[in-house]
Amino acid sequence: MKTHKWLVPTLYIVFLMLPIYWLLNMSFKTTNEILGTFSLWPLDFTLDNYRKIFTDPTWYNGYLNSIAYVVMNTVISVSVALPAAYAFSRYRFLGDKHLFFWLLTNRMAPPAVFALPFFQLYSAIGLFDTHIAVALAHCLFNIPLAVWILEGFMSAVPKELDETAYLDGYSFWRFFRKIFIPTIAAGIGVAAFFCFMYSWVELLLAKTLTSVAAKPIAATMTRTASTAGYELGLLAAAGTLTLVPGAFVIYFVRNYIAKGFALGRV
Amino acid sequence: MAKISFHKVMHSYMARPAGLEDYALKEINAVWQDGGAYALLGPSGCGKTTLLNIISGLLVPTQGRVLFNDTDVTEVPTTERHIAQVFQFPVVYDTMSVFDNLAFPLRNRGVPEVRVKQRVEEIAGMLDLDASLQRRASGLTMDGKQKISLGRGLVRDDVNVIMFDEPLTVIDPHLKWRLRSKLKELHQRLGLTMIYVTHDQTEALTFADQVVVMYEGTVVQVGTPVELFERPHHTFVGHFIGSPGMNVLPCEIVDGTVRFAGHAITTASAEKPGSDVREIEVGVRPEFVHFDEHGFPAEVVKVDDLGRYRIVEARVDGHRLKLIVEEGADIPSENPCISFDPAATWIYADGWVVN
Amino acid sequence: MNKTTNQKAWWFVFPVVVLVAFNALIPLMTVVNYSVQETFGDNVFFWEGVKWFEQVLNSDRFHASFLRQLAFTGMILVIEVPLGIGVALSMPRKGPWVSVCLVLMALPLLIPWNVVGAMWNIFALPDTGLLGRGINALGIDYNFTQQPVSAWLTTVLMDVWHWTSLVVLLAYAGLCSIPDAYYQAAKIDGAGAWSVFWRIQLPKMKRVLTIAILLRFMDSFMIYTEPFVLTGGGPGNTTTFLSIDLVKIALGQFDLGPAAAMSLIYFLVVLLVCWVFYTLMMRHEEK
Repeated sequence: MKTHKWLVPTLYIVFLMLPIYWLLNMSFKTTNEILGTFSLWPLDFTLDNYRKIFTDPTWYNGYLNSIAYVVMNTVISVSVALPAAYAFSRYRFLGDKHLFFWLLTNRMAPPAVFALPFFQLYSAIGLFDTHIAVALAHCLFNIPLAVWILEGFMSAVPKELDETAYLDGYSFWRFFRKIFIPTIAAGIGVAAFFCFMYSWVELLLAKTLTSVAAKPIAATMTRTASTAGYELGLLAAAGTLTLVPGAFVIYFVRNYIAKGFALGRV
Repeated sequence: MAKISFHKVMHSYMARPAGLEDYALKEINAVWQDGGAYALLGPSGCGKTTLLNIISGLLVPTQGRVLFNDTDVTEVPTTERHIAQVFQFPVVYDTMSVFDNLAFPLRNRGVPEVRVKQRVEEIAGMLDLDASLQRRASGLTMDGKQKISLGRGLVRDDVNVIMFDEPLTVIDPHLKWRLRSKLKELHQRLGLTMIYVTHDQTEALTFADQVVVMYEGTVVQVGTPVELFERPHHTFVGHFIGSPGMNVLPCEIVDGTVRFAGHAITTASAEKPGSDVREIEVGVRPEFVHFDEHGFPAEVVKVDDLGRYRIVEARVDGHRLKLIVEEGADIPSENPCISFDPAATWIYADGWVVN
Repeated sequence: MNKTTNQKAWWFVFPVVVLVAFNALIPLMTVVNYSVQETFGDNVFFWEGVKWFEQVLNSDRFHASFLRQLAFTGMILVIEVPLGIGVALSMPRKGPWVSVCLVLMALPLLIPWNVVGAMWNIFALPDTGLLGRGINALGIDYNFTQQPVSAWLTTVLMDVWHWTSLVVLLAYAGLCSIPDAYYQAAKIDGAGAWSVFWRIQLPKMKRVLTIAILLRFMDSFMIYTEPFVLTGGGPGNTTTFLSIDLVKIALGQFDLGPAAAMSLIYFLVVLLVCWVFYTLMMRHEEK
């Protein structure tokens, strides 16, 4: 039994990799090959699909748009969540528990519920079809998440650290920047990772709030799938490219993920 | 219950140990008597936990044999060794009541429920746990949880040896001595072989009949607390046990007499160290250094008053040493001279005592 | 940790409150507003009271998509939670393979949801997809764009593919936090593998598993993009879950009143289930 233990994760990973492999496989095929034959690997290997994405602005702008609002959202979410999480972990104040719970309920709000009101709200204030609109809209679920994760990490830091720093004559902000933030760097990493992830994968709100100028790559793909008929190769190549930022981010935070999960704060 | 013997036991965590320095445990030969209370004492990384895991069967030693009574158990799995262990952090099964926790080892072994009830109640009585038998184990205090860990070992009547791995680490200081005297009491009452691992000399000296001092993977001395104090076999034992530790000073042997800083001194070592020895030292505990006008001159550097006695730090020809002066005795203010008690002064050759 | 009372802490949470309130309260008010009014366009509204709520709660369409949603969420929980625990249990605890496993397993979590849908579409197409072609080659008639059973199977399989890793990562983190002493003590106490799982591993994983189940419940209950891209809610309405139905009503038919009423009911259901589940788990904890 013990010697075959590796079999379960191996089979599971194979299962995970199969659709990804198929996507890769398709992305290197020509449309003719996809429609005409069935093969486990590209017989007529081509980079045309990728070439098209890198040369056509409607395609590569999609990537730039997505990255723009994801980065904006991550920065906004983490920077406003830091002081709030500090307040929740260190102080008791009027309505603190209710506030914390209310924040978390927003993580449970189905985006579909908010799609239409968001469209109207952001149109009314003239932010429709901008990066910042999507970045702000994603704050709805990312700020509560960031506050939750950071609060967990901060509560694990003993309060004596703060008190010692004040005794040593640090002002609050100097202490916060010079001592506290470096202490919870891992927590900030985990929070930023999850903000990045949820903003990157969400599509419904991003699509609703944009039309041309800030259209995310994911929405560009949806359009291709429906209007251009079966350009499967192109779709597969675009999909493959969306895996890259995610894979990159996971690789860098792989040691922190388990830690973040261990705190039970996701 | 059993006698435990080690024959040339060595262990390395490396797959292919190259030399002696790769071994976490360097050749242990010992026989521990049935019903004894042994303490394994040493600093972190000295190999005491490795030795413990070899006894419990969690580790199979790289070389050598381990015997319980006269049966070779070197490769016998933990479950069949009939041992019990209390860990540094209390291990309790959170979802079960205290009663079920104590009954767990018996039920796993298919003991009939009538007998289980009887045993659990008996042990709970000994450990003062009767009142909380029906409570959930997760709600107990640290010392209560540690008692449950101990109780799970005691309920079984087939236990050869109970091992304790620094069991008082997480217990509040004012409860430590109570739990420690409880252990002592249980040892006397049940006559079980007990092995107690610690880096705290007070715990070791008060708990054990025999203290096993370990250092860098070797057993440097086995002895009663008194033996360890009066006649340390190794300079490490001298340093590690006693507060403050033994004075270990360089010396030379000229024409058969021992000379420290140019002064001839008498020691208890009858033999003379061999000629291949690299370093010769003389060791004497602060308790056995006295102010003595017939001794050799020293300079008083510092005096710490600890109430019942004072610790004096003195300097002789650039060598620092400590002596203990009882309450009421004088510290000479002019030209102080000191001497060593010859019966408690030993010569150490490369760290090991010369008899 | 004992906290000090400090009302000035409100200044620290102020930016968060403003941002979240802007995003949550204003749209929520809009939804509430729509849910009690009728409009024929031109921003003219009539008070309707609870008519839309009654209409939604009595409509067969809502019942159908709600039941589909329940069935879907139930199915994926029943598959993903045990599977996730099983994979986590058999993963190595240390060594170079841990990183490899974690990185590969986390990969599906970082794929944009519509790409997940598109990827499975490509993977499951009966003529060009590996899965579709494979199943048909086994002699089973499979076409997820035509047959409800195939569509369901594909959607559930896709969700299992997409999200089981979350359960694995959480359960794995829970397992890693169990000190070795517990396993050694269990060995000494003569406990078998089943006892170890039941008495040590599962209780120690309880906290992370609570979170895993909550997250999987919430997210699967809100699922929209993946099945929308994969099946478009079809064939027919067989994979039209709550969110898909809601978007159809709100943005497709522009029936704002019923859509708003349905939104509120939907949100309340999610909140209620989360709250009840969480309270039950935590009360058990305190005892």
